[in-house]
Amino acid sequence: MNFQVAAGECLAIEGPSGSGKTRLLRAIADLDPAKGLIFLDGAERNEMPAWDWRHQVRYCAAEPSWWTDTAQAAFAEAKKPDARRVQRLLNVLGLEGELITRPLSVVSTGERQRLALVRALIDDPKVLLLDEPTAALDPQATALVEEVIKYQILSGHSVLLASHNRAQIERLSHARLLLPKRTGASATVEHPI
Amino acid sequence: MSYVPLTTSDLLLAATLLVINAAISWGFQLKLEKSIAIAVVRMVVQLALIGIVLKFVFVQSSPIWTAMLGLIMVFAAGIEVVTRQAHPVRGWHAFGLQTATLFFIGMAVTGLGVGIIIGPDPWYAPRYVLPILGMVLGNTLTGMCLVLDTTTETTSRDQAAIEARLALGANRFKAMSNVLHVAMRTGMIPILNAMATTGIVALPGMMTGQILAGVDPVEAAKYQVLIMFLIAGATALGVVCAGIGAVVLLTDDRHRLRLDRIRKNS
Repeated sequence: MNFQVAAGECLAIEGPSGSGKTRLLRAIADLDPAKGLIFLDGAERNEMPAWDWRHQVRYCAAEPSWWTDTAQAAFAEAKKPDARRVQRLLNVLGLEGELITRPLSVVSTGERQRLALVRALIDDPKVLLLDEPTAALDPQATALVEEVIKYQILSGHSVLLASHNRAQIERLSHARLLLPKRTGASATVEHPI
Repeated sequence: MSYVPLTTSDLLLAATLLVINAAISWGFQLKLEKSIAIAVVRMVVQLALIGIVLKFVFVQSSPIWTAMLGLIMVFAAGIEVVTRQAHPVRGWHAFGLQTATLFFIGMAVTGLGVGIIIGPDPWYAPRYVLPILGMVLGNTLTGMCLVLDTTTETTSRDQAAIEARLALGANRFKAMSNVLHVAMRTGMIPILNAMATTGIVALPGMMTGQILAGVDPVEAAKYQVLIMFLIAGATALGVVCAGIGAVVLLTDDRHRLRLDRIRKNS
């Protein structure tokens, strides 16, 4: 498998369930051991500490998990906490500003998924690896999240998007990577949509 | 002052109490008869052997014999750390790390306690070194096991949350800080409880032994205080080392969570 994603480009990753979309994204984020070389702006991932790589190449899980009671506490752990940026992101994602002080246990699934996107975007990673970013969202919230993703792409970031939603892929991506069901067969990249 | 030596018939009389264990197991169908038999035989054989070995080493009173027995104790404690855990980390790597930790803590704390504080003549007197090393190792390994068990269990449960932090650019210690916090607290609590309740609920075994052997109870209490300080310090060191070690063992050099290294229940 061999592909590249330019700055300001979105590559969609398609394939049936079990074809390894999540595994591919996790491997790119260096969260799972994987063979092969992955370069970011000419630097291979093993040339830098893992946390530096993940700071720039950010994986967003389909079901976000939290380790704090409130979103605010988690946001405060960002390398450069930026309260104004957080409020702006909450705003464009249709979330109330005070949501971040509420216990995450009482926040809805859809809200938590959007909060996780805020969390991922606080320190502005160069590459976003989005795993089913709108799986838990209603059409309205989906549209808002897609706006944010589009903004990221237009502002020169790279996005890899694993999605089951064909319409969403067509709205957002510049190219598609098709993962075959059987592992071992080679993947094909389709340009452009 | 002296003590009353026990005869074989005394021990056999005491052994009849095991009938109660057997009766309970049989009456309630606990199916523990085999385990009871094995445990009893092991206990008697092990204690008899260690009695003979210690007698030999005490008579020799040589630094080499003392060191050899000490090393065997460290090695046994290292094995115990692995076998006591519900889901130990696979591989010699884990065993080596744990045994080395026990070795250094045992050396340092026993050295401080015997070599500097008690100061027997000769300094390597096995009568002092070996029992104290044993108590230090026993308590340290209990603390370490608690930390390791809690870490593997909590890490498996909170895998997604830990990986979320890793994905955001945290290093392995930061990503696992919640786990470490819980695990290290868990590891410290038994020794704190032991210090708080000792002498009220039960007399510690060593103090009882000294009193039975005819030592002035106040002197025995002083020794017990010293031992408590030694094992508290050793346990704290063991807990910290086990916590750091567990994070290192459960992650790899690229700071990925590696739950595949945990041995599953067979």
